[in-house]
Amino acid sequence: MSVFHIAKIVLRSLFSKPATGMYPFKKREYYLSTRGSIQNDIESCIFCGLCSKKCPANAIEVSRNDKQWSIDRFRCVTCNACVEACPKKCLVMKNTYTAPATIKSVDKFTKSAESQQ
Amino acid sequence: MSERMVIPFGPQHPVLPEPIHLNLVMEDEKVVDVLPSIGFVHRGLEMLVKKKDFNAYTYVAERVCGICSYMHGMGYCQAIENIMGIEVPERALYLRVIGAEFSRIHSHLLWLGLCADAFGFESLFMHTWKLREQILDIMEEITGGRVIFSAVKIGGVKRDLDEAMLTKILDILNDLEPQIKEISSVFIESVTVRHRLEGVGVLSTEDAISTGAVGPMLRASGVSQDMRKLNYAAYGQLDFDPIVEKNGDSMARCKVRIREIFQSIDLIRQAVKKLPQGTIDTPFKGNPDGEYFARLEQPRGEVIYYVKANGTKFLDRVRVRTPTLANLPALVKVLKGCDLADVPILVLTIDPCISCTER
Ligand code: SF4
Ligand code: SF4
Repeated sequence: MSVFHIAKIVLRSLFSKPATGMYPFKKREYYLSTRGSIQNDIESCIFCGLCSKKCPANAIEVSRNDKQWSIDRFRCVTCNACVEACPKKCLVMKNTYTAPATIKSVDKFTKSAESQQ
Repeated sequence: MSERMVIPFGPQHPVLPEPIHLNLVMEDEKVVDVLPSIGFVHRGLEMLVKKKDFNAYTYVAERVCGICSYMHGMGYCQAIENIMGIEVPERALYLRVIGAEFSRIHSHLLWLGLCADAFGFESLFMHTWKLREQILDIMEEITGGRVIFSAVKIGGVKRDLDEAMLTKILDILNDLEPQIKEISSVFIESVTVRHRLEGVGVLSTEDAISTGAVGPMLRASGVSQDMRKLNYAAYGQLDFDPIVEKNGDSMARCKVRIREIFQSIDLIRQAVKKLPQGTIDTPFKGNPDGEYFARLEQPRGEVIYYVKANGTKFLDRVRVRTPTLANLPALVKVLKGCDLADVPILVLTIDPCISCTER
């Protein structure tokens, strides 16, 4: 009978472990391919600006003179276009997300002085 | 004759989180006329094509909808590929079928859950969405995103699937299929569900055709029309028939969607089995020049992507006709003469997606 049909499923769920994760105690594991957040290995960046040109959300700003690369993570839609465009392969898409924040900010990466010489 | 009165339904209504407003003209408990209005979440995505170059617009097209994201990207890319004469590699076409069919399963499970929720069957809703979660997980693993997949690009797809992943896909489908069967049998057999769906909102074959309904709405009224039969992507090489039900009521629409879930599982299996070796994308140069109509079958029905290009990297026009827009006249048709209590169910049975209707 159909009434018992759902009852069977519900009872089974009642006596098995929860389908949801116990969040603060057990964090979800991301897959290798998950697009989480952009990281720049700034020491090998040549500030060509290709990534900022390709970015559909205009999240990246590159300043060749100051040797500075900045990303507005609140604009970034983690589409991976910048990673695909980078000629030096210094951008990577990490599979972890950036932490939530109460104020918007821009992440700045500056090339260290020694490596500039 | 009793006095007529107008009851506003939406734009905020518990049955669906999306903003559609209906003015229901009532005579006692019966709806005699309906005036729908949309336009609450217009985002101007079609206009954005003048500011984003045609490659970057793929990301915009994917964001037209959060459920058929994969197929919006695919529709836009197909239009550009046809204008530019890009030959997409066979393997990429099969991978697109796999991605698109997973989206269909996920969308139909979502709808089944929402439908159960609409008639107050909480446990059924939760159990359906539990299964959907596994589909989202596998989508995340193969494309990198849970909702916006960014997997399709002009000329092919972005990620390949290796042997291990293909085996995993088949294993997960084997595991999910009996579970989906179990849940769907509740929808088909349960007395409670049948009370709410059977004979409610009958759309006759003639009405379905004359109002221009698409997708499951049309097929539930006995018209065998499925855009996948136009043989885009790799559908031409796969063996399937459009799913058709005769009755045209809410139950028939529910059954069409349930049967399509199993059809999609079968299509993924076929695609995995036939997946040819080779590259997954074709490099191309230059800008598109010309225009094209791409027609695809989304979970909600036929979507049309019209693209007009002028030889520069900015397109002239992109126009999207989404399935929900085509189904609104049919909705108005079935709402006339129904009881007020059935309105939420009927609004749901067209599987409305207002955000993509308005873009
Ligand atoms: S594309 Fe790569 S090398 Fe060029 S500026 Fe961006 S991160 Fe640096
Ligand atoms: S991932 Fe996409 S949106 Fe984010 S910075 Fe890179 S190109 Fe821009």
